[in-house]
Amino acid sequence: MEVNKPVGGKLFTRTFLALFTIALIGMFFVAKRYMYGLGAVTNLNDGFPWGIWIAYDVVVGTALACGGYSMALMVYVFNKWEYHPLVRSALLTSMFGYTLAGVSVLIDVGRYWQAYNIVVPWYSNLHSVMFEVALCVGLYILVLWVEFAPAVLEKFKADALHARLNRYIFAFIALGVLLPTMHQSSLGTMMLMAGYKLSPLWRTGFLPLLFLISAITMGFAVVIVESCLASLLFKRPLETPLLAKLAGVIPWLLMVYLVVRVEDVNLRGLLPLAFSGGLQSDLFLLENALFFLALLILIYPSNQRNPRLLFAAACTLLAAGGLYRFNTYIVGFDPGTGWQYFPSAPELLITFGIIAIELMGYAWFVKRLPVLPVLEPIQAKM
Amino acid sequence: MSNWATDTTPSGRVSRRDFLKVCTAAAVYMGLPASMGVQLAAAATRTQRPPVIWLSGQGCTGCTESLLRPGHPSLEHLILNQIALDYNETLNTGAGHQAEEYKKKSIQDNLNRFILVVEGAIPTKDGGIYCQVAGQNFVDIVKETAAKAAAVIAIGSCASWGGIPSAAPNPTGAKGVPEVLAGTTVVTIPGCPPNAYNFLSTVLYFLTFNKLPELDDKGRPKFAYGRLIHENCERRPHFDAGRFAKEFGDEGHRLGYCLYKLGCKGPMTYANCPSILFSDAGSGAWPVGTGHPCFGCTEQGVGFTIPLHTQAEVKQVTPAAGQAPIETKRGNGVSIGAAALAGAAVGVAAGAGMMAAKNLGAKDRESGKPAKEA
Repeated sequence: MEVNKPVGGKLFTRTFLALFTIALIGMFFVAKRYMYGLGAVTNLNDGFPWGIWIAYDVVVGTALACGGYSMALMVYVFNKWEYHPLVRSALLTSMFGYTLAGVSVLIDVGRYWQAYNIVVPWYSNLHSVMFEVALCVGLYILVLWVEFAPAVLEKFKADALHARLNRYIFAFIALGVLLPTMHQSSLGTMMLMAGYKLSPLWRTGFLPLLFLISAITMGFAVVIVESCLASLLFKRPLETPLLAKLAGVIPWLLMVYLVVRVEDVNLRGLLPLAFSGGLQSDLFLLENALFFLALLILIYPSNQRNPRLLFAAACTLLAAGGLYRFNTYIVGFDPGTGWQYFPSAPELLITFGIIAIELMGYAWFVKRLPVLPVLEPIQAKM
Repeated sequence: MSNWATDTTPSGRVSRRDFLKVCTAAAVYMGLPASMGVQLAAAATRTQRPPVIWLSGQGCTGCTESLLRPGHPSLEHLILNQIALDYNETLNTGAGHQAEEYKKKSIQDNLNRFILVVEGAIPTKDGGIYCQVAGQNFVDIVKETAAKAAAVIAIGSCASWGGIPSAAPNPTGAKGVPEVLAGTTVVTIPGCPPNAYNFLSTVLYFLTFNKLPELDDKGRPKFAYGRLIHENCERRPHFDAGRFAKEFGDEGHRLGYCLYKLGCKGPMTYANCPSILFSDAGSGAWPVGTGHPCFGCTEQGVGFTIPLHTQAEVKQVTPAAGQAPIETKRGNGVSIGAAALAGAAVGVAAGAGMMAAKNLGAKDRESGKPAKEA
């Protein structure tokens, strides 16, 4: 197995301080939200109770945090151990992504002081999709911290504890594959519940499947993007050969996704609606064009080996998956005449703050804990 | 006498079935379980009917008349079968010395067992000479009789605290029974006129459980006077929405809006009128139901005291300042700041992505060369 090492280097760089400022601004508005309520900070209303915090921080955020899930699926389920070097850093982004998604929910939930009722068994509503997502995401956050624990234990040389954890970690890894499969599809089911309020371009019985497939592809894409950025920022060699192999999986998933997506819209006779003009139709076309563009780039093996195109395709894919989620949760959602929503500036700033915290946390963990693999031996093997 | 409660002769008497229904309804009024109806029925049909002495002071006899209103039981059933109304100046068959003699005899026979009902206020000025019955001051009659009674019920607002006779300047020094009988527990059934069911239910409760129902600080049974009229008013939604009739006959009044601005005292008056309406007079039969503001007849210090059209002091929530808007605001549009921020974020992400792609290409060429050479 590969060896992981902290990257090292100065922690408080200029970028870090900039991120810190953004995080502080975000925290200021979080404090304001808790003092004066949601209405003081957000543009959320009775028509749009879910805004950018759910659409971005939770739905897109957890999809971007699917790296850990996708890699676990590859390595542990399909037994492709050559990808194991990518697992730990993927787990790190997943851990941050999911934890902060959980935090966002607590900021977004109106009566947050009631939130603990989710874990009180006799209040459980076993028929609720939202309950499933809440419980699943909550558990998965725990699982991710346990899965990532070896990096921390290595750092502090807690070998006895590490050895004991290693004996049981398989259970957490199994949960780590099961739970995202459940809730990433349920995130789609949630908007199925919206009924006629959701435009038929997005509302389909395939929503859970489409959410799951796109989440897995986004998981791969985020691993690629993260690896490329890490090699640029931390002056590490490129992991292109490994990434190229990983990228080979994506086109197949994308093909399944696009066939289901387009045929579903087509068979329901909605193509005229898709080309009818207007915001919904335009964004529907853009969303699928982005997916198609990513497919077009990645379908050629030569492109998979070109880091620039690989990176561009992965970014396109993330944009596509992100837009798909935004469209399903906000753009395609019309709760009735006259309701409108666009996030307010403080609302956006809280989201930016959370992203900043995520980036700072990532930098700190990567620089101080053994997360990224030592790459030279692998490159030599290739 | 046959047992009327089980008698089903077609002579207009109440059937057993109907009687049980009455008792069950009475139990429900008082907030007792419906099964208590059977116990109430048993209590009301004891061979020995509970004797009642009904004294009338400074009143209009409206309280006695209000007993005509209930249909279950009707007045004749009440006084002939349910209770033994041994003395009531309006309904006595005998008169003069005969009636007074019978009263004395009944009191003597039922010492500490009869129920004393007082209707009307009691004048106390100048020794109470302003109301006399059979040459005796009414205030003395009440004191004398109350000392021998099992329970004292003051029916109507006059008996409860003085009512109209006590209104300023109160020339006769009229007082209510609780004031005159200070130290004795007096159940008050205020109202002008009082709801006969509140009276009947109290009597039945006493007969059944041999104790008085729970009373508030003014001696009113809590089952009937525990809540503000405002709390159960059928026009309450109009109040909450800020829809008020502003004068009699205006559009709001015709549409049945809230009468608060016409001086309705519902927000400061405790009574069960909106829940049980006035006896069996029919649907909507209570002041507010007919379009007239409540004047607070059951509330000392409100009825006969605060002018009819003076706006009430609202005890719970203040009314909306204006009409509720028909169109609610449905979310904010895009603000310039938010648009700028969102645009900047997308721009930064796109820019960073492009820079990274460019640098990746350069890096690949650098790292690619030695790799190829090797």
